[in-house]
Amino acid sequence: MNMATTDSSMVRFGRFLRDNPVIPLLAFLVLMIAVLEVIRPGIVTPFRAGRDGLISTFWVGNLIKFAIPLAMLAACQVLTMLTAGIDLSAGIVATVAAFVCATLSSIWGPVPAVLIAMSMGLVVGVVNGIGVGVVRVHPLIMTLGTGLIATGCMQVYQRLVINAGSEIPAVLSWLGTGRTLSMPNGLFLFVPFALFVFWLMRFTGFGRLLFALGSNENAAKLSGVRAWQVYVALYALSGLIAALAGLLYLGMIRQTSLSLASPLLLPSVAAAVIGGTSIFGGRGSFAGAIVGALIIRVLDTMLTLMQMPEGARTMLFGLIILTVTAIYVRITGSR
Amino acid sequence: MSDIIKKNAWVAGLVALLFVLLVLTKAIQPSFGMSGLESVARAALPFAFATAGMAVVVIVGGIDLSVASMMAVCAVTAAVLMERMAGVPAILIVLGLGFVMGLINGGLIVLTRVPDIVVTLAMLFVWEGVALLILESPGGATTEWLKQSIRGSVIPFVPNALAIIALCVAVVWIPLRRSKLGISIYATGSDELAAFRSGVAVGRTKIVAYGVCGMFCAFGGLSLASLTGIGEPVPGPYLMASVAAVVLGGVVLGGGRGGLLGPIIAVLILRIVRTILTLLAVDPNVTTIIEGTIMVGVVMLGTAATLRGARK
Amino acid sequence: MNANQILDASGIAKSFGAVKALVDASLSVSEGEIVALMGANGAGKSTFVKIITGALTPDNGKVLIRGKQARVGSPAEARRSGLVPVYQEPSLIPDLDVADNLRLTDTPIAPFERWVKELGIEGLSLSDMVGDLPLATLRILDLARALASEPDVLLLDEMTAALPSDLVERVLKVTRQQADKGMGVIYVSHRFNEISELCDRATVLRDGQTVGDLVIEPGVEDRAVELMLGQRLDLAAREVNKTRGTIGDTPRVRVKGVAIAPKVTDISFDMFPGEVLGVVALEGQGQDELFECLAGFMPPTAGSIEVNGTTTAFRHPADAIAAGVKFVPGDRADALLAQRSVRENIALPFSARMSSWGWLKMRHERERVEHAIDRLQIDTRAQGEVQRLSGGNQQKVTIGRWLATGVETLLLFDPTRGIDVRTKRQIYPLVRELAEQGSSVLFYTSELEEIPLACDRAVVIFNGRVVDIIDAENADEQTLLRAAYGLTAQEGAA
Repeated sequence: MNMATTDSSMVRFGRFLRDNPVIPLLAFLVLMIAVLEVIRPGIVTPFRAGRDGLISTFWVGNLIKFAIPLAMLAACQVLTMLTAGIDLSAGIVATVAAFVCATLSSIWGPVPAVLIAMSMGLVVGVVNGIGVGVVRVHPLIMTLGTGLIATGCMQVYQRLVINAGSEIPAVLSWLGTGRTLSMPNGLFLFVPFALFVFWLMRFTGFGRLLFALGSNENAAKLSGVRAWQVYVALYALSGLIAALAGLLYLGMIRQTSLSLASPLLLPSVAAAVIGGTSIFGGRGSFAGAIVGALIIRVLDTMLTLMQMPEGARTMLFGLIILTVTAIYVRITGSR
Repeated sequence: MSDIIKKNAWVAGLVALLFVLLVLTKAIQPSFGMSGLESVARAALPFAFATAGMAVVVIVGGIDLSVASMMAVCAVTAAVLMERMAGVPAILIVLGLGFVMGLINGGLIVLTRVPDIVVTLAMLFVWEGVALLILESPGGATTEWLKQSIRGSVIPFVPNALAIIALCVAVVWIPLRRSKLGISIYATGSDELAAFRSGVAVGRTKIVAYGVCGMFCAFGGLSLASLTGIGEPVPGPYLMASVAAVVLGGVVLGGGRGGLLGPIIAVLILRIVRTILTLLAVDPNVTTIIEGTIMVGVVMLGTAATLRGARK
Repeated sequence: MNANQILDASGIAKSFGAVKALVDASLSVSEGEIVALMGANGAGKSTFVKIITGALTPDNGKVLIRGKQARVGSPAEARRSGLVPVYQEPSLIPDLDVADNLRLTDTPIAPFERWVKELGIEGLSLSDMVGDLPLATLRILDLARALASEPDVLLLDEMTAALPSDLVERVLKVTRQQADKGMGVIYVSHRFNEISELCDRATVLRDGQTVGDLVIEPGVEDRAVELMLGQRLDLAAREVNKTRGTIGDTPRVRVKGVAIAPKVTDISFDMFPGEVLGVVALEGQGQDELFECLAGFMPPTAGSIEVNGTTTAFRHPADAIAAGVKFVPGDRADALLAQRSVRENIALPFSARMSSWGWLKMRHERERVEHAIDRLQIDTRAQGEVQRLSGGNQQKVTIGRWLATGVETLLLFDPTRGIDVRTKRQIYPLVRELAEQGSSVLFYTSELEEIPLACDRAVVIFNGRVVDIIDAENADEQTLLRAAYGLTAQEGAA
């Protein structure tokens, strides 16, 4: 019996969108950019003569530049959401990594600073993984808690190094602010990173297991998968990615602060959800999340142009997450 | 009699722990007295209300991640209103607002069939945004008598702040707990299928429980406004603290078991721990770390215990 | 039309997706009458019960209460119109005390307490937490609560399962008394001796249809068994090539005195290489727990399991798999990644171990997967998502997973439930073939006619213990059904 024929066209259309989220998302991105062009003519058009043209290339480059750290944090969310989890400590981990790196590089030089910063991400990630995988605390609560502790640790640390001053490793500045052919240098980091995530999700046993755990943990168990191993590795990886994103962001902003990357957390969740990743696990695409990050950046520009207050922005992102999830539940009839 | 003790063993243990901690405080700082107790109780106010609200939704089998944001909305609303009108109507409006926000949370959960944890995560941001829209930066004012009401002690040896917690929780919770609705809340959290088969309107019960949570958040917002004298739109650190206090207070994540007394005593315990650390001259930031570790530890232990119970 | 008729359900139909659970089921109860509802596993009893009690709405047909169309959209409405069920799992709230449970359903306390006493429960306090009470007491409380609300029709769903015999006596006595006072009772049960002692009539369900209405009289068991079995499709699978492979001498798996609290009390048997060992049991006799225990999901509370001569202590299914014991669960939804492809589903065990988390060995995987697909003849037209396959093909995928990895010991739990005849015919030879190649297979099925088709021997489990081990080849369905019902040859003759 072919079950597909009994589905309504609505369900089939929904399924198509779910299977290929990037196509409608790209269309949506283009539409939004077009709207932006209407609101502020000339902002996008790259080939206009004269000064305007320069500005517009600048804008596209900027759009991509600021979408990169967001997309990297969205990778944390995509990977954890594949297993029906989430990583709410990602924003803080990124901040901690950036702060540690900036302060240590003036003392010990850039290489140890970067390594220690990354290991901070690893430590938080492993703790998350143990809490989620072994003790089985809900990932939301667990990552929220470790985020809280990490913030405290950072504040203590700040008082210890208050006189040390800060320095941003040259390579990070180059990645963060430099441009090659009017495209941001961050792509030199991001393109290999994105390829790595694609590879991980598509072509490795580990990637398979992420999808498997999110689709049906019981089935995975039945097939001999020890879930806790996967969770610990996953959250450790997520911590590393978050730390890397923090370092890149540091090079971009060129300033240290105790809440550097925290404002990126909510948009990163939104980017993953917009990109077709199901918060209930088993379905997700990093390509979608990248487009989602771009969409959010365009949306940001739009809201800024419309002089939307900060509150409305936060509200909107919350509503986007809720609406997309609710639509997903409606279309698939599943959780 | 032995039955009552058995049922309340956990709460009794918490009371004993609280007492031990108080004695310990006194030992560390012999001058710790009524005024010290008062400041602990005052600082505990918003935590206690956040925890009470969280406890109700956890009992019904859900969780509400948006408590801190709802409190922020209520605090700024109170501060803005009290600049313009008398205290009492403002308080009533804020309480109504909290209730409605809670009902919206619950309604969305029941109607969209999206799990509570996801809905309230999204609503966390929505309410945070609403608070920022009402008041972009800290401001407004709080009625003077409200600020004074949480200070001092009218009843001897009982700080007013503590009396207010007791009164507000008692007025909302005790009649509810005794009613059929209260039983339905426990029934829904304990075993949704059995509750449905026993004729409980499960969806409606959940929505009401979230409404009650919102109302407690309104109390929490009012206490924030009276503590600071202004409205602060950025949500405070109440989410993790309330989850930890709820678990420590003997309410089982997953629903059906526990009450409000245990969690509120747990809040006091967590506050006293903070006081002790401060008295020991521990760096306040280190205190935050220790507190955070305690909270995460409590939640982990609670989850592990629940899982073991379920396996049995 | 009987004037005393209280409840009359007729022409009830209900489908779940493509599965027709009920086609044309009917049942009527009059005042003072106790009607048994019978049917083999999968006949649609539980769906029928849910519809009558308002927990499900039928696609077709109507339920009349005292001649009026009843609106039973929810359990609460069914209760109000006078129909009160006592479900198999007690619907009492574990975290509330008894008094609060009564308030929840507005049950008056005095009659409740009277009934509790009458039913033989001593020393119950209204402030007892329900979760602390033993299961048997809960069932009695559920019944007492139902009786206290003075229903017109009482529905008892496997009421006496897990009750000690003295309580069973009391329940039967009280039920009879109430019926004599005019209450109607629907009695859903597997137990012939209780039905013949208690009931006036029996309505027999088969494949979602009411196929007979019997007056209870001596010798009615035979007629009931006949009706439950019906004229089964004479499966061409009768011709299954039962060339016996050589059955090994040393057992591959030895199960010795295994108990799993609370349902399984004493199970022992040996499984030999090259053998298909059937499991004959009615629903809920402990076979679910036995399979889960063998598959590593839960440890036994007593007894031991030996695999290839070594005593095992499986702590995780991964341990069982490492020992060559592979499990296909009864519910396909438990085993499948519904949204993932056929290939990913079959290849899942390849990635399970940490050492295989890196590059997927695509070629190796494809070969094994395609081999399994070929061997099982899985229809891969909709292979992108397993949930779009038919039930039969889904089942093949769950079995194919273990064919791809190789299988020493296979645990098949009801692999043919709810799948089409064609697939069934493919599954029996496959099971035989596996055995011939030296695997040993434990095969539980809810459809008894499959036992002689696929199995060499069969263990009969009743009430958590092995009551018999029979030669499957020469067992006819009637013998098997009698055995499953715990009826011995003597009892049947008496």
